[in-house]
Amino acid sequence: MKKIILSVLGGAALLAAQANAATINVTGAGSTFDYPAFTKWFEAYKKVDPGVEINYQSIGSGGGIKNLTSQTVDFGASDAPMKDEAMAAAPGKILHIPIVAGGVAVIYNLPDSPKLNLDGDTLANIYLGNITKWNDPKIAALNPGVSLPDLAIVPVHRADGSGTSFIFTDYLSSVNPAWADSVGKGSSVKWPAGIGLAAKGSEGVAGQVKQVSGGIGYAELAYADQNKIPFANMKNSSGNFISPAPDSVSAALATAKIPDDFRFSMVNAPGDKAYPISGASWVLVYQHPKNAERGQKLVAFLKWAVTDGQKLSSQLDYAPLPDEVQQRELKLLETIK
Amino acid sequence: MNGKAQKNAGPHFGDGAFKWLTLIMALAVFALIALIGYELFRGSHLALQKFGWHFLVSSDWDPVNDVYGALPFIFGTVVSSAIALVIAVPISIATAVYLTELAPLQVRQPLIMFIELLAAVPSVILGLWGIFVMVPWLHIHLFPALRTTLGFLPLFQGPDYGFCMLSAGIIVAIMIIPIITSVSREILRSVPGLQREAAYALGATRWEVTRIAVLSYAKKGLFGAVILGLGRALGETMAVTMVIGNMPQIVKSLFAPGYTLASVIANEFNEATGDLYPSALFELGLVLLGVTVIVNIFAQLLLKTFAGPSVKPQH
Repeated sequence: MKKIILSVLGGAALLAAQANAATINVTGAGSTFDYPAFTKWFEAYKKVDPGVEINYQSIGSGGGIKNLTSQTVDFGASDAPMKDEAMAAAPGKILHIPIVAGGVAVIYNLPDSPKLNLDGDTLANIYLGNITKWNDPKIAALNPGVSLPDLAIVPVHRADGSGTSFIFTDYLSSVNPAWADSVGKGSSVKWPAGIGLAAKGSEGVAGQVKQVSGGIGYAELAYADQNKIPFANMKNSSGNFISPAPDSVSAALATAKIPDDFRFSMVNAPGDKAYPISGASWVLVYQHPKNAERGQKLVAFLKWAVTDGQKLSSQLDYAPLPDEVQQRELKLLETIK
Repeated sequence: MNGKAQKNAGPHFGDGAFKWLTLIMALAVFALIALIGYELFRGSHLALQKFGWHFLVSSDWDPVNDVYGALPFIFGTVVSSAIALVIAVPISIATAVYLTELAPLQVRQPLIMFIELLAAVPSVILGLWGIFVMVPWLHIHLFPALRTTLGFLPLFQGPDYGFCMLSAGIIVAIMIIPIITSVSREILRSVPGLQREAAYALGATRWEVTRIAVLSYAKKGLFGAVILGLGRALGETMAVTMVIGNMPQIVKSLFAPGYTLASVIANEFNEATGDLYPSALFELGLVLLGVTVIVNIFAQLLLKTFAGPSVKPQH
């Protein structure tokens, strides 16, 4: 009897010791847009490498960059690439690893919910307050055969800083020079005064659009999809009207011009099937991590995430990274030491 | 504590300790506020340096070009709180009067319970209810009615989407009614019965008793209850941001969307990158603290002028 107890205790102690010795904690912080993907990946990655425990705090891209710069986390995550000044302020060279990509759907609330076609210029003019009625000739020209009501358009935008706003304003800036000059792009911008409403979070935007007849807004594809809100087909740079979907976002990613440092914008990408309001989100890591052991584990995880992990994230309406991009990212990850 | 008690240190040690303990606690509150002020000041020093006093009068809020101004947010905070007070104060004080002076005993307890229940509703829940129930109702029923009856005032003109300053004021009113009611009730209860009996003895009617003997006597305390409510109104964040429309603008119409100091901090801080942007948000916090202090001082002055020195809620 005594023997059994001893051996059980010994075994338990041994197990505990093993767990202690093997588990390495890697921490990250940043974008809320990536959070659902990370949660799913961490769960699955436990089976791939039980020896690492990754924690992620979705405190927002700004906080992620701040924590990475002060080296309180091993990796950051951001919905917008870091600016040169911010990178120069960091104590080491930071690499951008695109980790997920997603589309932003243009949602609206019209009587009888007709399916609409829109283009970037019209959308920019709606948000600039130049197009104020749904039966405006510009909208009618894009939607032959649809009876549009004589109803005021109420544009709704995100009140909180968000990557979704970044992608949306990046797109409007790229297709409309007046927008680029007067508003510009950012996770928060100075929205044209006196036009429409703003709400906190995608759920807030969707809520306001649902409540206000004539409302138009934008939200991550997954959100619009799951909540059954009508969304528009957007005219892409080839002149085709494309519905937002993981495939059409992947198509944009495949044709977007991606420089070697991966700080790119993929809005209005060329290609027949590319959805124009698309964007990526990045994991930010030091090329020479402070802690080599944790750095190695992190690199292994990222290699897995940009390849095998993509199958999982596409279940959450993120667009999978195309093969060519995956290969390029793996090469970049090799340089982390 | 006087000298006599100090001499007999033995048995009175507890008294002394108690006095010091409470003093420390009271000072801790003061220290906490000072510390918060200092931290906000430190966090906002970049923005303070760059914009100076101009920050308070500028209406620009442009994170892309790093230009910041607080005026629309100050306006939104003050106006939404003012609307809330206009709605909440009469309701709360009337409720408190009914509960202490008029209500039959069997009604009293359930009513009090309901009011306290209202205080327990988390603000985010109230906000959701605001988006999906209150705002559509206001948009369809109340606002058109206001437009037809009071539409000659610029306050009730212009386009109306339901998400506006007035909706924010109404939802804040709902949130501060419980606190003003509860505190007012306690204050009215503390009005000595002798006061009422004396008025009755002079042949006063029930209304006169309430007005002269109770309300007038408790004026200062009731004012304090309102100030407590106001403090909550100025800082209310979640529910407000969900119904106010979040547009930094200064417009006459109460049907137009607005934005408050607390809301913009909560909304934008997460994704605020760079140095100046978060610093400007910190400064908004400092401004909010300043607005609260100024409003409180103003209220105290108002109280002194109107209540006069003669009325003191003491025996």
